[in-house]
Amino acid sequence: MRHFIIVGILVIVAASLTYMGLDALNLMPVAASAQAGPIDWMWNWQVVAMSFLFALIVVPLLYSLAAFRRKKGDTADAEHIVGNTKLEIGWTIAPLFIVMVFAYMGAYSLAETRRVDPQAMIVNVNASQWAWSFEYPDYGFVSTELRLPKDKQVLLRMQSKDVIHSFWVPEFRVKQDIVPGRVTELRITPTLDGAYKVRCAEICGTSHAYMESPALVLSQGDFMAWATEQQGIAAAAQTPEGKGALLVKSSGCLGCHSIDGSKLVGPTWLGLFGSQVPLSDGTTVTADEAYLAESILNPSAKIVAGFETQAMPAFATLTEEEIANILAYLKTLK
Amino acid sequence: MKNMKPMTRAFWLLLFGLLAGYGVGLGLDLLVGGRVNFTASIAGLFSLLIGVALFFLGLVGYRTIARAIVWQIAGTLGGALFVTAIRALMGLKAISPPFLFVEPAWVFGGLTGVICFLLGHGVVDDWIKMARGIEVPERRADAPGWQKYYSPSLDHKVIGVQYIITALILLVLGGSFALIFRTELASSGLQFLTTNFKLFNQNGLQFYNTLMSLHGMIMIVSILLGIAGLMNYLVPLLIGAHDMAFPRLNAFSFWIAPPAAVLLLASLILGGFDTGWTGYPPLSAKAPIGMQMFFLGVFVAGWSSILGALNLIATVVRMRAKGMVAFRMPIFVWASIATSLIALTATQLIGLSFQLVMFQRLFGMGFFDPAKGGNPILFQHLFWFYSHPAVYVFILPGLGIVSELLPVFVRKPLFGYKWIAMSSLAIALVGFFVWAHHMFTSGMNEYLRVPFMYSTLLVAVPTGVKFFSWVATLWKGKITTPTPMLFVLGAIVVFLMGGLSGPPNATVSTDLHLHDTYWIVGHFHDTLFGGFVFPFFAALYYWFPKATGRRMNEKLGKLHFWLMTPSFLVLSLGMMRIGLLGMRRRIGDYDPLQGFDATHLVLTIAGFAIALSILIFIVNLVISLKRGEPAAGNLWNSRSPEWQAPSPLPAHNYDTPFEVVGEPYDYGLPGSKYVEFAKK
Repeated sequence: MRHFIIVGILVIVAASLTYMGLDALNLMPVAASAQAGPIDWMWNWQVVAMSFLFALIVVPLLYSLAAFRRKKGDTADAEHIVGNTKLEIGWTIAPLFIVMVFAYMGAYSLAETRRVDPQAMIVNVNASQWAWSFEYPDYGFVSTELRLPKDKQVLLRMQSKDVIHSFWVPEFRVKQDIVPGRVTELRITPTLDGAYKVRCAEICGTSHAYMESPALVLSQGDFMAWATEQQGIAAAAQTPEGKGALLVKSSGCLGCHSIDGSKLVGPTWLGLFGSQVPLSDGTTVTADEAYLAESILNPSAKIVAGFETQAMPAFATLTEEEIANILAYLKTLK
Repeated sequence: MKNMKPMTRAFWLLLFGLLAGYGVGLGLDLLVGGRVNFTASIAGLFSLLIGVALFFLGLVGYRTIARAIVWQIAGTLGGALFVTAIRALMGLKAISPPFLFVEPAWVFGGLTGVICFLLGHGVVDDWIKMARGIEVPERRADAPGWQKYYSPSLDHKVIGVQYIITALILLVLGGSFALIFRTELASSGLQFLTTNFKLFNQNGLQFYNTLMSLHGMIMIVSILLGIAGLMNYLVPLLIGAHDMAFPRLNAFSFWIAPPAAVLLLASLILGGFDTGWTGYPPLSAKAPIGMQMFFLGVFVAGWSSILGALNLIATVVRMRAKGMVAFRMPIFVWASIATSLIALTATQLIGLSFQLVMFQRLFGMGFFDPAKGGNPILFQHLFWFYSHPAVYVFILPGLGIVSELLPVFVRKPLFGYKWIAMSSLAIALVGFFVWAHHMFTSGMNEYLRVPFMYSTLLVAVPTGVKFFSWVATLWKGKITTPTPMLFVLGAIVVFLMGGLSGPPNATVSTDLHLHDTYWIVGHFHDTLFGGFVFPFFAALYYWFPKATGRRMNEKLGKLHFWLMTPSFLVLSLGMMRIGLLGMRRRIGDYDPLQGFDATHLVLTIAGFAIALSILIFIVNLVISLKRGEPAAGNLWNSRSPEWQAPSPLPAHNYDTPFEVVGEPYDYGLPGSKYVEFAKK
C-alpha cells in the first residue's frame, strides 16, 4: 500500500511539472487567426493528457526500477502475480471513454475552425512549381504577396497547375492541400497584424523548400490603400510589356527565373533577349522571339547548358497574345 | 593474379572496372550526345555498373551471391538492350541522354535483372528441377562455415541470420544517407548540396530529395527484413517446429529482397526522385527514371513480405508442439501472427498503387492524371490502405519482444498475458480502418475526416493495455538490468513518447497544423525506434548467445545504450519542437528567419552520436563473434524452450520433441515448467 501512495503522489507531481514545463516553453508560434483559437484550445488539452499519461507510465516504471531491484545474492523469483481481470477491464474502459471525449472535442474544434462568414473576401490562390500568386477578383489585380485585412474572413479558392502543393501559414495554423484538376477551399480570419509567410507544406519537387511567399496582415485602412495602389498598377499596365510583367508573376515564372542576373533553378532573364545561349548539346542559339516562344511552349526542345537536371513544365495553355506580351516584357530586361 | 586472395583480386578488378566503365561511358556519351562530357551521367553510370560487376566477378566461385549480382547486372543490361532493339526496329526513340537507354528499357531491364539474380543465385533451382520432373531431396546439407550464409540454405535459423545481417547492412546504409542530409541541414542555406553540385544528373537539392526519400524506404525495407529475421529465427524454436512450413518458399522470400534493395539503390544513379517515400502523383508521374526503379524495388520487396507472412502463418497454425494451445503460445508468436496477417493482406495495395503510377508513366494510362479524368487523391487512399497498417507490421513484433523479455528480467509472470495477446490482434484489426488520417488536409471528402478521427483514436486503447500491463509486470518484481533489459526499458519509454505524440495527429483540428511538419517526423521516429530499433537491439543482445554460443560484451552493450538513448531523445524532441513552430518536412533548406539554426545543429550532432553508438554495436558484434565469453547453457534463466537446449542449435533444432506442460511465463510458481522434452 505504501508503494501505491508514494507512486500516486509522484505521478501527480510529475504530471503537473511536465505540464507546467511544456506550457512555459510556448510550444506553438503566435496565433494570428481566429481559426488558431479552437486549435490551440484543443492542443492545450492534448498537452494536459500527454503530461498526465507520460507521468502515469514513466513514474511507476522508474519507481519499480529503484524499489524493486533484485538484491545481491537473491536468486529466487518474484511473487507469482499473473494478472487482474478487473484492472485490465478498467484500463480498457477508462481510456476508451477518454479517447471518445477527445474525439468529440476534436470534432467540435474542427467545426469552430470552419465557421462560414458569407461576406468573406475571395482570394484565388494559384500554386505552381515553385511560386504562389494571389488574385483578388473583387479588386481585379494579381499579386505575388498575400496581403489580408485584419478581422475579415477570407475565402481562399486554390488551384494548382502541376503537382500537389499545400497552403500553410504556421501562425494561422490551418493547412489545405491544393490538388491539380480541382479547386480546394480554406477560410482564414486574420486577427493579428504582422508579417508571416505562406509556406508550401506538401513536397512539390526540387525547390519545394523555397516555395514561400510573404503573408501580411494589415489594418483595414492599410489594406484598402494597398489594394487601390495595386488596382492602379494593373489598370495602368495596358502596354504589352506591362501585361507581360503581370503575367510572368501570376504564372509562377519568377519562381525559377530571376530578373536580376542571379542563378535560380532556371537561367536568369536579365539580358537574355538577343544574347547567344549555349545549349546542352554543345551548340549555341540566338535568343530571338522564335527561340523564346518555343522555350515557353516546349521547354525540353532546347536545353540551356548547365540546366539539364531540372525540366521546366510546358506552358501550352498560354495564348499567342499572352506569349507576345511576355516577349515584350523580356525585351525590357537589359 | 592467380596467387592473390579472392578479396584482393576483387578490389583490383573493382578499380579496373570503374576506370574501364568510365571510358566505356564516355564513348557511349560521345555516340549519343555527339561530344565528350567528362561529367556525363552515362560515364558515371557505366563506371559503377562495370566496376561492381567485375568486383563480384572476382568473387564468383567463392561466394554464391557474387554470381547472383553479376547475373543481375548482366540481366539488367540484357533486358534493356532487348527493349532498345525492339524500339529501334519499330522506329521509336531507342537511346537518349542522360542514361543511354530510355525509361521503358530500364524498367524492363530492372525486372529481368531481378529474375536473373534469382536464377544466378540458384534459390529457384529446386523448383525448376521439380517442374522438369527431376526428384530433389526433401532436405539437403548446408555449405560449410560462413559459405552457408551466402547460399540458398533451407534452414530457418540460417535464413533468419541472413535476414538480420541484410537488415543491419540496410540500416547502416539508410543511416548514412541520413547523416549526409543531416549535415546539410545543420545550418540554413545550402552548404554542399548546392545548385552547382552535380551527381548522376541531379543538382544539390534534387540529390537531397533523393537521399531523403531513399532514407525512408531503405529504412522501411530494413525494418521489414529485421522483423522477418527475428520471426524466422525465433518462431519455429518457440513453437517446437523443426523448420518453417515451406523451407524453399522461405529461402525464396529472403533472396528476393537483395535484388529489390539493389533496385532501390539504382534509383540513386538513374536520376533519383524527389517525392519522398510516399511517391504521390502527379509529382511521381513527372520525376526522373529513378522513380521507376524505386517503384519496382518496392514492388519486388513486397513479395518477400507477403510470402514470408504466408509461410509464418502456416507454420504457426500447423506445426506447434504438443499441448501448445493458442493461449499457451509465447507472446512473441502472437505478435508475429498479428503482424503476418497484416503483411499478408495489405502489402498488395502498395504494390498496386505503385504499379498504377508505373503504368501511367509507361503506357500513358491516366489513373491519377486529372487531364485524363484520373484522381490524384485515389492514389493516396490506395497507398495508405497498406502504408498505415504497415506501421503496425513494423512495431507489433518489437512490442512482442518487449513482452517476451520483461518477465525474464523481472522474474515475474507477464501481467495479463491474454490481454496483451489480444491487444496485438486488436491493433492489427483497428489498423485497417484508420488510413485516411494521413489525408486530413488532402482535399478528400470532408465528411470522411471525423469518422477517421474516431477510429484512429481507438488505437490508443489496445496500445494503452500493453503499457499498463508492462508497468504492472515490473511492479513488485526482482528486476535486473543487463543490456537486453536496458533496451527493453528504453523501448517502453521511447514508444510511449511516440504513442503520446500520436493523438494530436489523429485529431483533425490539431492535425491541420501538425500535418507535414517536423512534429510528424519526430513522432514517427519515436514510434519506430521504440517499436522496432530498441526491441530489435534487445533481441540481438538477448538471442546472440543462442545463435553463436557466445555472449556479447556487456560493457560495450551498455555504452551503446547510454549513448544512443539520450541522443535519440534529443533528436526526436528537437524535431517535434521546431515542427510545432513551423519547420516543414522534406525540405533541404529552411528560412533562417524562423530561428531554427541552433536546434538543427544540435539535431545533427545527436544524429552523429546515434551513428557512433551503432558503430560500437557493430564492433561489439564482430568482436563477440570470435572472442565473446562462451555461453552454451540457459544464460538468462528463461523458461522458454530454446534455452533448455544447447547453443547453438543444430539444423532441424531439437533432438527430441517437447510437450507444453504449463504456462509460458509462470516465474515464481515453484516446481512449474513450461515445456518438457521427451526422453531419448
